[in-house]
Amino acid sequence: MIVDDIFTVAGTPIRSRLLIGTAGYPNQRVLGEALAASDAEIVTVSIRRASLDRHGSSTINLLTGYRILPNTAGCETARDAVLTAELAREALGTNWIKLEVIGDRETLYPDVTELLDATRQLVDNGFVVLPYCTDDPVVSLRLADAGAAAVMPMGSLIGSGMGIANPANLELICRRSSVPVIVDAGIGTASDATIAMELGAAAVLLNTAVAKAEDPVRMAYAMKHAVEAGHSAFLAGRIPRRSRAEPSSPQLGLVGS
Amino acid sequence: MIIFVNGKRRESAASTVSDLWLLEARELDVESTNGFAIARNGIVVRKDRWDDTKLADGDRVEIVRVMQGG
Repeated sequence: MIVDDIFTVAGTPIRSRLLIGTAGYPNQRVLGEALAASDAEIVTVSIRRASLDRHGSSTINLLTGYRILPNTAGCETARDAVLTAELAREALGTNWIKLEVIGDRETLYPDVTELLDATRQLVDNGFVVLPYCTDDPVVSLRLADAGAAAVMPMGSLIGSGMGIANPANLELICRRSSVPVIVDAGIGTASDATIAMELGAAAVLLNTAVAKAEDPVRMAYAMKHAVEAGHSAFLAGRIPRRSRAEPSSPQLGLVGS
Repeated sequence: MIIFVNGKRRESAASTVSDLWLLEARELDVESTNGFAIARNGIVVRKDRWDDTKLADGDRVEIVRVMQGG
């Protein structure tokens, strides 16, 4: 029998290693079906000023039964991110936060100094902090030192679908991290998620790859299996790469020899 | 009294955070406070304190809600 190891964040066991975003789906029905097909336990949401021209009321009802992880997407300073996290805690009754502090609107790259500052403040305030960060091994170590419950290095740019831009770095981060590594952003298709898991990631967080697929529900299903396959392959241990052929069939008793 | 709600300057008759919420909730056509939160001058006001948190001229209030997100 195959026994999986258990994925935990801050001591809480999480059933699925796929975390999924709720934005950008064609409609609420597809969103609901895609979440179900993904089999994810954790789903992400954002916090925005309430206004008449944006509807969010039905979103939260649709997410009953999921563990909701609010984000601080779009924040550019530690100050705004901390306030957004505090508002999220009040709105949703959760002290978990996906911390995003963006340094540049064109690339949506994390601002590492603000991110570290916000992580420290939020950890001090009792939050379980999951920071979205660059794929820099030192940054991941520093965030864990600052008390982050997990680190979420980027696969590649948010929404880009470019996959895992720097597998060597991600492998290093996964090997050295004292907290779970959740690869966030850049996943384009199922094989990208598998690669992230094969590199040793504890989980994958994605949104656009599913929401903007031609068939989001089917892609959500593919992602569930991709993450499971990648994790199993990581645990199983891949064969070393070699530059020469190695016959897999026996070399003795060939017909005609 | 002039207050700033979500960055917009407005004349308001609301004397407490609760009053302001009731006005906003009617406009937004929502009944439950579930998924909403309010900050006054950069500090979150917990729901159980909305009734007794007075608003003052020039206050900056943020009213936020949960939206879809990644």
